[in-house]
Formats: sequence, C-alpha cells, structure tokens
Amino acid sequence: MSTLALRTFTLLQTMTSVGLSAMAWAVTGVRPIWNGSQPSDRQRIYFANHTSHGDFILLSACLSETERAKTHAIAAAEYWGKSRLRRFIAQDMLSSVLIKRQWTSEAEHPISIMLSVLDQGHSLIIFPEGTRNGSDELLPFRSGLYNLSIARPDVELIPCWIENMSRVLPKGQFLPVPLLCRVVFGPPVAVAPGEERRAFLQRARETLLALNPRPDRDD
Amino acid sequence: MRHEISILIIGLFVVLSTASVIAGILSMRAPKPLSATLVNLTQRINAWWVMVALMTIAFFFGRYGMTILFGLISFAALREFVTLTHSRRSDHWVLLGMFGIVIPFQYWLVWTAWYGLFVIFIPVYCFLLMPAITALHGDTERFLERVSAQQWAIMISVYCVSHVPALLTLNVPGFEDRNLLLIAFLIIVVQGSDVLQYIFGKLFGKHRVAPNVSPSKTWEGLIGGVVASSLLGALLAFITPFSPLQAAAVAFVACTMGFLGGLVASAIKRDQGVKDWGHLIEGHGGMLDRTDSLVFAAPVFFHLVRYFWTV
Repeated sequence: MSTLALRTFTLLQTMTSVGLSAMAWAVTGVRPIWNGSQPSDRQRIYFANHTSHGDFILLSACLSETERAKTHAIAAAEYWGKSRLRRFIAQDMLSSVLIKRQWTSEAEHPISIMLSVLDQGHSLIIFPEGTRNGSDELLPFRSGLYNLSIARPDVELIPCWIENMSRVLPKGQFLPVPLLCRVVFGPPVAVAPGEERRAFLQRARETLLALNPRPDRDD
Repeated sequence: MRHEISILIIGLFVVLSTASVIAGILSMRAPKPLSATLVNLTQRINAWWVMVALMTIAFFFGRYGMTILFGLISFAALREFVTLTHSRRSDHWVLLGMFGIVIPFQYWLVWTAWYGLFVIFIPVYCFLLMPAITALHGDTERFLERVSAQQWAIMISVYCVSHVPALLTLNVPGFEDRNLLLIAFLIIVVQGSDVLQYIFGKLFGKHRVAPNVSPSKTWEGLIGGVVASSLLGALLAFITPFSPLQAAAVAFVACTMGFLGGLVASAIKRDQGVKDWGHLIEGHGGMLDRTDSLVFAAPVFFHLVRYFWTV
C-alpha cells in the first residue's frame, strides 16, 4: 500500500483543509474546549467518538494549520478505498491513511501502518469504536489504542469528545443540518505500569465519555 | 437622509468611545485581577464596536445589506435554537428545510414586498405542513414537543427577525426612501434599552421581576431602562415620521416588548439548562442573547407603523 508515502503540504491538501475547516465553521460554528490538555505541536494520537463522516473534519478544524498538516485520520479502506474517487478524496485531498479491517498480509497490518505514520513524526486521529455509532453511548473500544500506546509510550493519547455530529450528519444522510458543535479535548491518557489491555481500554473509554458536556441529552 | 445618518454614526461613536474610556478607567483603578463583571463589561463594549461597525456597513448597502444581514442573523439564531432543543433523527429533513427553504423563502418575500404571503407563510403554511411531514415519517416519540420546538424556532428566529428588514417595504407618506431610518430607530431604541436596563440594574437593582426566570432582571433596571430609552426615542424623533411624543410612545411599546422577549428567552434557556444560547458574540453570549429583545419588538413595531402611518 502506498499510504505510507505521506504527501503532506501539497497544494491540494492545504486548500482542502483550509476550505473544509472554513466550511465546518460556517455550518457548525465549531470551537475547541481544552479541558485538561492544551493545543500543542507535540506528537499525539487524538481518539474520538465516531458518529459521522464529518467527525475528523471537525476535529482537525480545531487544530492549527501546521498541526493539521501533519495529523492524519485513520479511515477504513473497505469504505474509502472502494472507488478511485473515494480513494482520491480520502488520500490526496484529506491526507487520511486507509487501513483494512480484514487484512491479509503483514504489510496490511493496521498497527504497523499506524506505527509507520508515527515514526515519521506525524500525529493520528483514530476512532477506537471502529465504526460509526448513532448514539451518545460508546461502543467497546478496539485494542489498537492500547497496542499503539504500548509500542510508542511517548506519544500522548488525547481523548476528544465531538458534540452533536450525530444530529448534524446522521449515518446515511449526506446533507448536514447546521447545528452548533464543540470538540472537547480532555486530559492525556497513558497505560499505567502493569495495566492490562481491557482495563486500559475501559478507562480510556470512560475518560472520553466523561467529556460529553451534555450527557443528559437523549437525542 | 445622509444628514441623519451622519448624526447617528457620530452619536454612536461618541457613546461607544465614552463607554470604552469609562471601562478603561474602571479597569485601571480596580484591584487586580479584575472582577468578572469588569472583564465582561470590556468584552461587551468591544463587541458593541464590532456590531455597530457591521450594522453601519450593512446600512450603506441599503436594501441588499439589510436583507442579507438579517437573513444571516436568522441563520445564526435558528442554529442556536435548534441546537438547544430536542430533535430526533427522523427530523433531519424538516430541520434541513427550515434552514434551506424557510429562511431563503421568507427573506425572498421580504425582498419582493409580498406582504400577504410574508405574514402568513410561517404561521399558517409552515405551521401546518411541518408537523404533517414529521407525521408522515411515522416517528411519534415526543411528537408534540418536537414539532412545537420547530415551530417556535422558526417563529422566533426567522418570522420575527424578518420584520426588521420588512420595515423597508412600508410606504409612509412624506417618508419615501428613508425607511432605513426606521430600522435604525428600532435597533437603537431597543438595544439601547437593553444597555440602559443593564446599567440601571447594576446601579440600583434590588427587586427582581421574576426571580425564578432571571436573577438579573430587576424592577429598577426595567423602569429606569424603559423610561430612559423612551426619552431616547423622543430625542430621535427627527429621524422618524413620528412627533417626539409619538416617538416616545412607540419606543415605550417596543422596549416593553423587548423586555418581555428577554424574559421569555431566559425562561427557555432555564428550561433547557443553559445560561447562554451560544458563544458567537464575545461577552454577550449567542446571537439570540443579543437579539431576543429585538425579536419581540420588531413585529409589534412593524404593525404599529403599518397601521398608523402607512397608506
């Protein structure tokens, strides 16, 4: 897979990212709430709840232009690699990195692809639920978050709660309803010494859930 | 009309400059770190500079400027209202229609001065058709709550707000081509009343009007603010078709409606468990926090002028 050759800062990508961030602001008035962490250019893995295709656009709209250029969303190759157009949008315009859910060869191993991005000094946006989820509950986390943290303990894991996107662009719709959204960036999470995988994933999930600014909402 | 506009711009400039100087002196003398009230006061005044500048620019573009500006205000207000209230996934198309069809169509009616449809499009046709679409979707969960919130959302954010640029369509004899000044009068008097109520409330406020709804609205602030802004209205009679006494009376009604608008907005916010509608305007909150009074004042002002002054 050619995803490892990350062509950042191309004109197309810069224009797309500026354009999409402006659009995200026009539609959702998106603003970051730094609640436990601060904007920083250090290497990070942002992990967020996943309810819509617009999620990572909103999240990256909250980052500075330079951070955005070296932050890549991880997307499913089963969806984004399906046609040449989708692949072009995902890789050449949005500079996301495609991984296969059903991988066959070692070169397609999701973790090794993600690690190779980190090894170039870049940051990641991942959705540990693994799929889009229509509610404000969180599905159980996949183990990728744990494996990445064990392999690269010096990379910060930042939980990010993306508010309201399930209402703006529900699964199956393609026109967004303009509603106000916030992205809450929480305190970094790290694997404690000796902490086992399941306990860590549970703790990371709870940290993310705790960031929901309006947990009592039921829509 | 140039003459009147120049006077208004100079007047606003003097008032805002004075406010900035006073806030600067207060901040210099006050113990550090500054109190939240003082920081908020400075933010509010700075935001006023921006808002007055934007209004002035829109003013110079006349009918275009006003229609576009208030269309955008409706968009921001509707977004805040819908964000706050309950909706379900099956409401997606109705919500899209509110932004994509109702706002443009209502402002198109303002633009073409089609009064007959302008006054009934939302209260009659949207009122009947939107719940019908929701019912056709078949999702009856909290049905009445959802359709009521949608109805309120477009009444407040689109219908009421659109009465401000609709003032340009009124035909007041002897006042031709000067209708922009009616908008200036309404906005200055109503927003001035908000500011004066804030000042009187901060200085003399003791007895709350509706303690369960809003802790900051007091009788002292209300009476002082509304009386002072009615006097302001009389002073501004020279930019209107009204006599000074009429101007004071119209201003009194508009400001009283404005107060009620703020009260109703507070009740909705309290019910939904938030303090502000949003964060668009630094120090003030959201678009609806700044326009709640205008929303209630505009339709009544519009109909007063239409009934008593037009042919």
